[in-house]
Amino acid sequence: MLEIKNLHVKLEEEEKEILKGVDLTVEAGKVHAIMGPNGSGKSTLSYVLSGRDGYEVTDGAATLDGEDLLEMEPEERAAAGIFLAFQYPVEIPGVGNMTFLRTAVNAQRKARGQEELSAADFLKLVREKAKSLKIDADMLKRPVNVGFSGGEKKRNEILQMAMLEPKMCILDETDSGLDVDAMKLVSEGVNALRDAGRGFLVITHYQRLLDHIKPDVVHIMADGRIVKSGGPELALEVENNGYADILAEVN
Amino acid sequence: MALPQAKQTATEERLATLSLPDAGCTRKAREAAIARVREMGLPGRRDEYWKYTRPDTLVSVEAPHAALFDGEEPDIFHDFDRLQIVFIDGVFSPEQSDDLTLEGVSIDRLEDICCKDIHWAKDLYGVLETRGQVPVQRPLAALNTAFASDGVAIRVTGKPSKPINLVYRHASEDSDAILHHIVRVESDAEVTILENGPAASRFNKCMEIDIADNGTLHHIRAQGRDHQRRAATHMFTRLGKESVYKSFTLTVNGVLTRNEQVVELTGDDAVAHVAGACVGDGDFHHDDTVFVTHDAVNCESRQVFKKVLRNGATGVFQGKILVKEGAQKTDGYQISQSLLLDDDSQFLAKPELEIYADDVACSHGSTSGAIDETALFYLRSRGVPVADATDMLTLAFLAEAVDEIENEALSEVIVERLQGWLSRRR
Repeated sequence: MLEIKNLHVKLEEEEKEILKGVDLTVEAGKVHAIMGPNGSGKSTLSYVLSGRDGYEVTDGAATLDGEDLLEMEPEERAAAGIFLAFQYPVEIPGVGNMTFLRTAVNAQRKARGQEELSAADFLKLVREKAKSLKIDADMLKRPVNVGFSGGEKKRNEILQMAMLEPKMCILDETDSGLDVDAMKLVSEGVNALRDAGRGFLVITHYQRLLDHIKPDVVHIMADGRIVKSGGPELALEVENNGYADILAEVN
Repeated sequence: MALPQAKQTATEERLATLSLPDAGCTRKAREAAIARVREMGLPGRRDEYWKYTRPDTLVSVEAPHAALFDGEEPDIFHDFDRLQIVFIDGVFSPEQSDDLTLEGVSIDRLEDICCKDIHWAKDLYGVLETRGQVPVQRPLAALNTAFASDGVAIRVTGKPSKPINLVYRHASEDSDAILHHIVRVESDAEVTILENGPAASRFNKCMEIDIADNGTLHHIRAQGRDHQRRAATHMFTRLGKESVYKSFTLTVNGVLTRNEQVVELTGDDAVAHVAGACVGDGDFHHDDTVFVTHDAVNCESRQVFKKVLRNGATGVFQGKILVKEGAQKTDGYQISQSLLLDDDSQFLAKPELEIYADDVACSHGSTSGAIDETALFYLRSRGVPVADATDMLTLAFLAEAVDEIENEALSEVIVERLQGWLSRRR
């Protein structure tokens, strides 16, 4: 589903190369986790895949179901099925959460040639999804993420994911800033979306999240490359011994 | 002090083209106003208060030509049940206006107040304008008091069932209109006054508003769409005890607009909010000049002004909060912000506080900025196309000002107009 080949990326305004040849394939129905020390390029990978400005791809390719992601605008990637759950969800004063969700859902439906959801159908759907994430009516009415707690922001990300039903979900440190209960709630939200047609790329520092969202494959990223891949046991190894051993081994 | 020669000449040239209307009982006020104009002189480019806005075309002998807007858009408030008072190029139109009788309010044409011997009107005409000349001179308002050719006197004694809508239509491309309205809101009375339309090629409007104890006035104005129109408007408002004044102005185009708001809180526990949202594209200059004086205890004032500018448009904000000695427990707030959609547009702001009481809370802020790229990416990453996302963020930026309108239906039509403006400029 998601294929990344020899991806090289540098910052637009600096010569510094951040991704130095990433190779990664995520199949439909699978959960891949990426772990790695700070500054290894994990978040950059998520931004480059979703189309954020400020990065320049100098080599390599990234495709979703064969479509070239790198040629698309961020909104086109979203319509094609990419979803990034932000590490730091953005506060947007003056835009109601509900308005935002409805605009996003209908924009994607339109881009895919589907009919827009009626107000009633949308409301029904959003209420149902919000309920399972324990998002109350007040949170839906408030401006996007404004005054939300860390946990509320992350639940709001998962709500958007549930509403947009993307093919490929990228979760960028979704566990950061979450207490145990919130992590459980968010993980349940993610697990509810797991199905045979959907792929996940879960970026995290900690094995803890992977107790809840069980990965099929774990990758270790260091200095802009995937340096080791393995099963869930790789995450445990990191948790117990840190990255030093693995990095020493691959170097 | 004698006026500079150039200013005196310009002032006399302008005065020579105007004649006093047959004004009866307002004659004295008008003659006094002419004397004020002569003393102050009309605004010139070197005046500090006109540093950011060139007054030339507002004071020139002839009004600059202004093409009529050729859109077929209905009046912004056409869906509302309202009492319409229509002026065409600054002349009252009995044919297009509604019957002026409405329970809880009496409405008279300015020229009729003399024969009806309406004392309150005589006590108000030119009075708040005169008070508003200190400490900053406003010669265009004095000129208005002197030469206003039409206008209405509105006295609110109850709670009229519908808003009063002053509709200003523009019919001649060279019209030069001077209108003066006076409004008295009596104790416990409450009214909504709507204003809309481009009015004339050049429009000088003055409104004096006196709100008695416990009175409430909501004012919502949508300034006309004509691209080439010019306007200088003054609103002078005096508030009594526990009274409320809430004013909102939408400005969508017009080559030059100067809106002055002079608010005086003279009774304890009064509340005054003045807000404005403007969107300007290209040859557009919009100036909000606001002066709020706190002269009583425990009053609240808010100034909320937001401007969206593009293609070389200019926005100006000069806003002041003056807290007089003894005006304790004052709660004053002022924010002026611009969203610059490109590098060619500019926003000039002069926020001022002057405080002579020691137990007050006053804050002010002023910012200029571009669209928040992080927020834009967030919206796009959810599938919202860049143009829609930009519009959403633009409307969100204006929301704090629009939210000052209490009536939801009215704020919705304002938002619709803003959306219309945005979509036409894709």
